[in-house]
Amino acid sequence: MNCIIIDDEATARAIVRQLCSKIPELDIIEEFDNAISAIKFLNQQNIEIIFLDIHMPGFSGVDFVQTLKDPPNIVLTTSDTDFAITAYEYECIVDYLVKPITQERFEKCITKISGLASKPPRVISESKQDAVEGEDLYINIDRRLIKLKLNEILVIEAKGDYIDVKTEKEEYRVHTTLKKIKEKLPEKLFLQIHRSYIINFTKIIDIEDNSVLIAKNVVPISRSNRPELMRRLNLL
Amino acid sequence: MIEQPNLNYVDELAGDDIEFRNQFITIIKDEFPLEKEEYHGHVTNNRVKATAEIVHKLKHKFNILGMENSYKLAVAYEMELLDGKNGSESKFNEVLETIEEYIKTI
Repeated sequence: MNCIIIDDEATARAIVRQLCSKIPELDIIEEFDNAISAIKFLNQQNIEIIFLDIHMPGFSGVDFVQTLKDPPNIVLTTSDTDFAITAYEYECIVDYLVKPITQERFEKCITKISGLASKPPRVISESKQDAVEGEDLYINIDRRLIKLKLNEILVIEAKGDYIDVKTEKEEYRVHTTLKKIKEKLPEKLFLQIHRSYIINFTKIIDIEDNSVLIAKNVVPISRSNRPELMRRLNLL
Repeated sequence: MIEQPNLNYVDELAGDDIEFRNQFITIIKDEFPLEKEEYHGHVTNNRVKATAEIVHKLKHKFNILGMENSYKLAVAYEMELLDGKNGSESKFNEVLETIEEYIKTI
């Protein structure tokens, strides 16, 4: 079973790694000292068990669990027994190991997981074109991951080392490039119409000469991107 | 009298795995002084919430090092801090000094 460890303490990670090493069917694929890095990793890998510390600065284990769309089996590793009741509100949390974890208790946990009906591995979408309306995108702002519904994004504008993401309700400044976010967006919904702008194609109100109107945003269309925009339009 | 730390838990986990034991000792020798320094920095600057956070982190090491009473002290201290008090500060500091001395010997 492929596993990852998320704990901000190196000593705690070493202990879980040692506990795992005595169980041949466990394979530690990666370790993380913060949950945000793990989320990025989980978007690319199929993992069957996450050993997760609850109490981490900035972005807690509970925050992490809430951000996972299709979580694997999660085993909480913590000294906070206070979280036990909260933990069992999440179907994906299959056990709760109180530190310091003994080998015997750890093995019991793995036996329990092995006995659970095995969850089919998550299928990572191979193509961004598979994305449909209603899917989400997480943006990292001040170490918080904020969920945006793709179909609520109107316009994304490049601003130097940042991008401005304008949605129907809010505007967010994110430290990334237009190129990087473009790779995450489904082509069915989004189109780059200028070197500094990506638009949600479905939100266009009208097109006039060299600009499109999306909500209250007038967005320029570059000459090179205009043919692709016109090709996509359902012209009468 | 502060209880003495030990490596009983680590030895039990390690069994014959000397490499793990040595690796663990290296990690705790690296990690503990940094956390201790961070703790004192927060106390000095009166950052109460941050102090409670690092106390929470340090208490795991008390547990790993078999210091059950010190762990309970840390739990109480963390609660005190969140409550705007610090009655256990000096005892907690003694525990940190005890661990610092101990890890020099391992």
